[in-house]
This record gives sequence, C-alpha cells and structure tokens, in this order.
Amino acid sequence: MITRSDVLLDATDLQKTFGNGVRAADGVSLQVRRGETLGVVGESGCGKSTTAKMILRLLKPDSGTITFGGQNLLSATGSDLRALRRRLQLVPQNPQTSFNPRLIIRSSIEFNLRAHNYARSGWRDRVDGLLTRVGLTAEHGDSFPHEMSGGQLQRAAIARALATDPELVVCDEAVSALDKSVQAQVLNLLADLQQELGISYLFISHDLSVVEHISDRVLVMYLGRVVEEASAETLYTAPGHPYTRTLLSSAPGYTGEHLPPQGEPPNPADPPSGCVFRTRCPWVMDRCVTERPLLGVAKQAQYVACHLNDPHLRDTTISSSSVLTEPITSSSDS
Amino acid sequence: MSVSAAPTATVPATSAESPVLRVESLSTSFIRRGKPLQAVRDVSFELRAGETLVLLGESGSGKSVTARSILRLHGKQATVTGSVMLGDVDLLTLGDAPMRNLRGSRMALVPQDPNASLDPLRRVGHQIAEVLQLHGISSSRSVARARALELLSLVGIPDPPRVFASYPHELSGGMRQRVAIAIAISCEPTVLIADEPTTALDVTVQAQILRLFQDLQHRLSTALLLVTHDVTVAAEIADRVGVMYAGQIVEYGPATEVLQRPRHPYTQALLGALPLPGMARGSLRAISGAPPVAGTAFSGCSFADRCGAAVESCHQQAPVLITVQRDHRAACPVLNSPSNPADSSKEGSR
Repeated sequence: MITRSDVLLDATDLQKTFGNGVRAADGVSLQVRRGETLGVVGESGCGKSTTAKMILRLLKPDSGTITFGGQNLLSATGSDLRALRRRLQLVPQNPQTSFNPRLIIRSSIEFNLRAHNYARSGWRDRVDGLLTRVGLTAEHGDSFPHEMSGGQLQRAAIARALATDPELVVCDEAVSALDKSVQAQVLNLLADLQQELGISYLFISHDLSVVEHISDRVLVMYLGRVVEEASAETLYTAPGHPYTRTLLSSAPGYTGEHLPPQGEPPNPADPPSGCVFRTRCPWVMDRCVTERPLLGVAKQAQYVACHLNDPHLRDTTISSSSVLTEPITSSSDS
Repeated sequence: MSVSAAPTATVPATSAESPVLRVESLSTSFIRRGKPLQAVRDVSFELRAGETLVLLGESGSGKSVTARSILRLHGKQATVTGSVMLGDVDLLTLGDAPMRNLRGSRMALVPQDPNASLDPLRRVGHQIAEVLQLHGISSSRSVARARALELLSLVGIPDPPRVFASYPHELSGGMRQRVAIAIAISCEPTVLIADEPTTALDVTVQAQILRLFQDLQHRLSTALLLVTHDVTVAAEIADRVGVMYAGQIVEYGPATEVLQRPRHPYTQALLGALPLPGMARGSLRAISGAPPVAGTAFSGCSFADRCGAAVESCHQQAPVLITVQRDHRAACPVLNSPSNPADSSKEGSR
C-alpha cells in the first residue's frame, strides 16, 4: 500500500503555453515515489523537457501544482526554495556545455556546494569522495572539461548533482549524447547509486530501450499530454495507447506487428481537436475528433488516455455519448 | 514511375557480382597542431548494385571520414591514399572538375542534418530543380519543376506542390530529410552515401525514412553506403556491415553473421552493452574505458586496452582481418586463431 509519504514529487495538471502558441504541457500530472525511477518518453516537442524544467523551477507553469516532499515547490522563495533545490538536482544532456569550460571540474562541483552553504573546509574531501564514487579519480577534479571524454564528463555531472545529497535527480537525456559502449557504464552507475543512496530519478529520454531498462514506471507523452502511464514491464509488453504501440513498433529491430504512424506530427502550435494523436492514429473514430480522452485506468496500474479504452465502448461496442468516468489521475496505487 | 526508367534500372544478375564501388586500402590523415592524425587506416570494402553496406562505429571511429573521403569532401588539409574505384574510375586521381560533375550525379550524399544542408533562404523546389539543371538532367525550368515534383512524391511527400513552394523552416525534420533524399536521388546515382541520416530524427520518423531507403533501393537499384552509430539501425537495413573502431574496419561481413555471430571482441562487447528487455537494472555489460580519440596511434590492437580477451601479443602486434567464413572477416587473432578454429565463446546456435 502506498502512503502519502512515499510520494516525493507530486505534480498535478501542469499547463504551459509558450508565446508562440505552443502548448508544451497540457494537463501533465506525475508522481515520483521515494527510491523509484519514473521514465518519461516521447518524441521531440512532446513537452518532456518543459515538464522537467517546471519541476526544477526553471520555468513557471501557467497553472497546476507541484509539491516536493510535501512542500509547495511553486510558492517557495528565498531560503525555502534553496533548501528544496538542494534536494532536487539535475543531470543535463550535454556535459560539454553544462560545465564552465574555463573552470576545472573541481571548481564546478564546488560551486554547487557553495550555493548550498557547505562549509568550505570540507569541500576538498567531499569532491574527492564524489569523484571516486562515480568512477573517476581525484586527479580528474583538476582537469578542464575539454581534457575529458564525454563519458567522464557525464560522470562528473553526476558527481556534481550528488554533491548536495539530493533526493530526486532529474536526468534530462542524460545518456543520449554518449557512445553506446559508454552509455552502459553510466546507466549501471545510475542504478548502483540509486540502490546505495535510495535516490529517485525522473529519467527523461527519447530512447525507448534505455527508458525501459532504467525505469520502474514510464510515462508516455505526446504533444504536451500524458497519453499513457504504466509499469515499465506492462508498457513494453502490453502497451495500451495507440501512440505507445506505434512508438514501440517503430524502434528498429522490433519484431512484432508493425504499426507505422500515419503521416507527420502535427504543428504543436495548432494541435488537433479532441485527441491530439487522432491525425496519426490507425484506430481513429468520430468521437476522437470532438472529445478529448482522459487518462483512465486500463488495467491495474496502467493508465491510458484513449477512447478505445472506454469501458462502455469495450463492453457494448457503441455509445458515442458515453464519457469516461475515471478522473484525471496519475497513478496513486499499484 | 518514370524515375525507374534509368540507366541503372537494368540490373542483370551479373552486376550483382561486380561491385559498383570498390574501396581499397583507404587511409585518410589530417595535420592537427603540426602532427599527423590518421583518422582512417587501411579501409577496404566493396559495394554492389542494390546492396546496403553499413559502416557501424562510435564517435571518432572514422566512419564519417571514410564516407567523406570517398566523395572527396575531406578538405584540403587531408591526405588520402589508397583507391576508390567507382566502376573503372579512380576517384582519388580524378581531376576536380570531373569529380564535381560526378558528385551529385553518379554518387550522392544524404547528410545527417538537413537543416544544415538545405539553403534556408530558398524554396525547397528550387533547390531540387537546381541540381537537375546543373547536371543537365532537365534543360528547361518547367521540365526541372515537373521532375522535382515527381521526386518529391517519390520520397513520400504527400502534397508535392505545397512542399515545392515551401522554405525549409516550414517543414518538419522528417520532411526536410525526405527533401534531402529527393535531392540526392535526383540524378539517380549509382551510389548513395548516407551519413547518420536518421540520427536527428524521432524514432517514428526514423522508421519511415529507413523504409523509404529500402523502397528507393528496390526501385532504383542504388547501392547504399550508410554510416551510423546505431546497431539497431544497422540490423534493420544492412545487407553487410563493416564495424569500425579507431579508424579501422575490425569486422566485416553479412549483417546476419556479424550481428548475430560476431567474431571480434569489440563487436561482441558493443552488442552486449545494449539494454535489452528483461535485463536487470545495473547489469549492463559495459565496456570499460572509452573509445580512443580520433587519430590515436596504436602499436598493437587498438581495442586491446578495453578487451577482455586480450593477451600480451595484442599490445604489440597489430592484427589483420582474418577470414572466419566465406565473406566474414574479423581482425582478432585471439578469437579466430587457426589453433582455436571453432571459437565457442560467442557461437550462437544456428
């Protein structure tokens, strides 16, 4: 049974529309529990990075709520916000651009310690310990970013994120820029750290196989909306949403039934009415044009935003007027 | 479609035997900070009509430099040796003018990033028509326009007149890549070279573009040399695979052989490092260390430092490609030594 205190991050109904009319997040809700990895997959423009930025308070949502460890993240200011940020860290996609090229690695990591008022006398030992923990040596701390490989730099970025003993680390395409042979090392490191430190990850990636590997639960986003949420195993073996199914079948090497998505992704500034996926969906119905499908329970711990999932439709095969009775919820039990 | 009524359309069984492109002992080096930097070392392969060869490798492996050297797009500072035979013409000794003529007509490149290769200030249709007129395929503007529209529909663009009149920024990434492919096939090249053509694309679009390549090859009998870092792309599209590491081809053969029964430790490790369904978290078989920076010189085998099977001699003597089966070669004497013929370490069940 999941209790309230197990939920570390709780974001509800996040909305964000940019000035150019692009609705990057349209009612996104998600929860991350302590010690788990929530994966977020989706193609470019689906709003996954926007969601991450809102959670990191780098971008203000138009509406919605975010609580972290029971505290309201959106209204926190000053020292409260600083205290929350200490517990909430980021591993960005590209370590080449996230480290100051003119500072040695040690200084970059110390910046994070300074920002959170760690006593200066302990910095050196702490940085050495962090570097060792992520598989580097203390000497790497005295290197400049350009002297290190992509994999080493990403390890250093993880060390920097861990410097403040965070409870949640947001990994935004954290292994996407790495060569496959190095990517496996970093994925193993992230898994080890989680086991050892009990940290939670919000793991954002476009790479389906990586997300499947690292995640407990997975959220699938399309055009600013969450279209499916399920355990990694369920999602990859029995996907519920047509988009998830086309996405999985598009992966090279997929051996099951091939379901090519129709046509092109729509213009995000002018999304289709009703279901945003309807223009590319092989199972589109009249109802999809007029009525937005809400995220509802498909099976135990699997939530799908699709009219095909409507229990009335499944049972009686008719009824265009029936409405999903499930509220818009993220999973709250499993 | 009239596109297939081309010189290359007649592909009798004999041409399957003789390669359309033969690369022999290709080496490319640059001068970096006064020192020579060898990016490609002694690369040889053949490409037959209608066939897809994938050069698979990680960053710095020399795969893109190989592709660019073949097209002679390697820049003035580079020294290229060996031979690149397109039919019976050696491209490396060809003059600049005939080479320019040949580039885009008999050989064409599909670049990784269509944002960078298309002119942002000119309408897409004109960029296609320009190539046709430049190579004398279509003499008048109206003929070139008609042909450009035809090419756009051939690459699966739904509304060719609209796209013809669009600027690149008005199109999605997948559409732009289709336009780049339309330009590349406009003169019905014998050899199409694609450098990471789907890396910048979303997975659903990538699937469409890979299918488009297969479809076009089928129709036009174009030989495709595709460069990628993505093993799954190679598995999807390749007839044959050349695995590159540190500037060399370390394993080469039919895709099914190389990817299912790899005989080089690097290929084995690369395949083993991929996350597969059902693998426990944290249990990926990672390769220690990192791929060497392009141009690193080695006295022995370039993979020896990261290799689990390495023996002492690996660090001293550079391995050569050993034939392990008819068409399957691997540069590892340890796994493929005559004294160890039926290597069992990775032999899959047939």
